[in-house]
Amino acid sequence: MHELAITQSVVDAVCERAAGRPVHSVCVRVGALTAVVPDAMRFCFGLVTEGTTAEGARLEIDQPPGTGRCRTCTVEFTLADLILLCPCGSADVEITSGQELQIVSMKVG
Amino acid sequence: MCATCGCSEESGGTRIVMLREDDAPDHPHPHPHPHPHPHPHPHERAQANGTGETVTIEQKVLAKNNLVAEVNRTWLTDRGVAAVNMMSSPGAGKTTLLERTITDLGGRRPVAVIEGDQETRLDADRIRSTGCAVVQVNTGAGCHLDAEMMQNALTALSPAAGSLLMVENVGNLVCPALFDLGERSKVVIISVTEGTDKPLKYPYMFAAADLILINKADLLPYVDFDVEQCARHARSVNPAVRVLTVSATTGEGLDQWYDWLAEQQ
Repeated sequence: MHELAITQSVVDAVCERAAGRPVHSVCVRVGALTAVVPDAMRFCFGLVTEGTTAEGARLEIDQPPGTGRCRTCTVEFTLADLILLCPCGSADVEITSGQELQIVSMKVG
Repeated sequence: MCATCGCSEESGGTRIVMLREDDAPDHPHPHPHPHPHPHPHPHERAQANGTGETVTIEQKVLAKNNLVAEVNRTWLTDRGVAAVNMMSSPGAGKTTLLERTITDLGGRRPVAVIEGDQETRLDADRIRSTGCAVVQVNTGAGCHLDAEMMQNALTALSPAAGSLLMVENVGNLVCPALFDLGERSKVVIISVTEGTDKPLKYPYMFAAADLILINKADLLPYVDFDVEQCARHARSVNPAVRVLTVSATTGEGLDQWYDWLAEQQ
């Protein structure tokens, strides 16, 4: 359940930045290849924000899909998981998106 | 007799126990916590927006952990300490492998150990019986070590310059993969009593590995485990990863493991 530690990091950073102002919503970007489960994060968000300036805030999760670029044939394609195999058969694949784990913004005041 | 370092008191439910009195720092002890200032303030701008302000943050979620990990990495590098983060599911044989490794290295190079577990100091006691300096980190409800726990453990342990620092992470094939501790390299251990398909089922962990050890090779005649297929699965998520087959019980393959450790300077 690393989502608890991840969500705690989000809430700590947001509350620090809010500097006492009430937080109404938080937007995070969680790539499809990050091993972070959005539903688990939502569950943890309610627990972690309790008693903080972000209590009751809405959590919005943007989830970019996984994509990769084949270094052999240069084709870009969607990655459903971390198994790096291009349709051409090459396993020499660079991940180009899906590993984002960022706090994007928040609404305060 | 053990001494409990007070460092853990500010770290939630984490407890850090030093098992070797000689190595336990006196209290109060000077904390080499560099107290990093982990507050990146990138691209912050506020926009007036009717019902409130929208503050753009664009900050990595793990920024704080990663900053502390970088402080740890610098601290270790400055002292010539090579830290190896050992990860696996529970029961893959990490502690047995560590015991054998410490014994076989036989003082050729100083070794220190950070033991991570949710509860108990059972593993740390086993390591301590080899004569090795060891600190136990109990994470309580936590399912992985993080950079701050590593920092507090380093303070308690104070590994000797030039030593090899083995970090036994909490037994878990998911969460530890996400948290940089400031280690030099990551080792994932899988035992032949687990499934050949483990690298496909837990790809994040195997993708993070610098080395994969397939342990308990002495049991291969008795179990349905395909070493070559497991290595192929591992390379499907981590094409360049090195894979060694070993037995911490019989010693099979351990010379290659020791050669790899010797390269971690």
